[in-house]
Amino acid sequence: MAGDSKKIHLIITRQQDANSKPYQEEFLVPYRSNMNIISALMEIQKNPVNAQGKETTPVIWESVCLEEVCGACSMVINGKPRQACSSLIDQLEQPIKVAPLSTFPVVRDLAVDRQRMFDSLKKVKAWVPIDGTYDLGAGPRMPENTRQWAYELSKCMTCGCCLEACPNVNDNSPFMGPAPLSQVRLFNAHPTGAMHKDERFEAVMGEGGITTCGNSQNCVEVCPKGIPLTTSIAHLNRQVTLHSFKSFFGNF
Amino acid sequence: MERGKNQHLYRKLHSLSGIIPVGVFLTVHLFVNYTATWGMDAYNTAAGVMVNLPFKIFLESFIIFIPLYFHAIYGMYIAFQSKNNVGSYGYSRNWKFFLQRLSGVITFIFVTWHIWETKVQVEFFDAEANFNLMANIVDNPVSLALYIVGIVAAVYHFANGIWTFLITWGITVSPKSQKFFAIITLGLFVVLSIIGVRAILAFA
Repeated sequence: MAGDSKKIHLIITRQQDANSKPYQEEFLVPYRSNMNIISALMEIQKNPVNAQGKETTPVIWESVCLEEVCGACSMVINGKPRQACSSLIDQLEQPIKVAPLSTFPVVRDLAVDRQRMFDSLKKVKAWVPIDGTYDLGAGPRMPENTRQWAYELSKCMTCGCCLEACPNVNDNSPFMGPAPLSQVRLFNAHPTGAMHKDERFEAVMGEGGITTCGNSQNCVEVCPKGIPLTTSIAHLNRQVTLHSFKSFFGNF
Repeated sequence: MERGKNQHLYRKLHSLSGIIPVGVFLTVHLFVNYTATWGMDAYNTAAGVMVNLPFKIFLESFIIFIPLYFHAIYGMYIAFQSKNNVGSYGYSRNWKFFLQRLSGVITFIFVTWHIWETKVQVEFFDAEANFNLMANIVDNPVSLALYIVGIVAAVYHFANGIWTFLITWGITVSPKSQKFFAIITLGLFVVLSIIGVRAILAFA
């Protein structure tokens, strides 16, 4: 077995709880082939001893699906926000620096609270309302070519990487970030969802809405799902421009 | 000012005012200055036309000063709201985002200083708006260097501002059109910079 001597060098930014100060702790984890960041963290959990050989608390993180569809394990890995599950050790430069997303409040160690993203989805009504007292029957059909690009937008897993990279998402700014804006485009493209599109436009025309975007276009560079976020934002810019003309001058 | 639904209107107007009228005025201004490369008389004639336009106070207020300072002051608020991160994300668009804010701050300071040295002196301290007024200012090499920095910053801010304006107003949506106008606005930056710098060098 070749893996016995080889070690993975990790530098992890840790934090005891939401209010305590962050600090760094180094770990040397035994190497196996095909490991990812999650399996390296699992090794620490099994044997919580740091690089100095001192016993420590196991590192806390959040992960669910382990196949880059749930969005729970977002971390800043070697300076870039990405999913820990799809970050393969063999493809990373060592020492590997792992830190929690800085845009969100830290719960503990690498676990963050992404609640603000879910609040934004509620604010922009990122759903298709069909509940009622009787069966509404089948809705209008969706054209196949619309479905194809809408499917790309539906891959958003609320992972928060775009908010992390955005220079306009921070404590001084109310900006909701790129992800919920792209969801407005998605749900407005749905034939039944489109019946409520004006409500979604109004929501993104409020404080922290679409015009708070500064076009740095970092979001589209870091999105792990390759969602055309900047195209969504520009498209929505056109829609809200037309919407505001309509609401001031009257419908066409 | 920022609260509530008016934010949307202010931001859209901020983007628009940078092009119309402020950017258009900047272009006209640089073109008038360029006549200095043809000599003192040519400049004094061209500047004389601008100075003797009718309803000048109205034109100056509504085409220059009110939109200019609305754009500048609201722009400061926007610039200092961002947390620049070109160190971690060195993508070219992110650099342009950072330079847009940096050039905005430089232009704000430069234009205010420039107005003090020219317009304020002419209106309140009996200076005459002609070739010699500028020639005396840029006689000092430090002033000349600051003018070149200020002009290039203003032109960059305008050219890149056209690119972001086209997105903010929903004109360029596809990545293809955004790339196309990135090249066009880069060309505009180069051309207007040459015009602006050649003009100021003509006074020195």
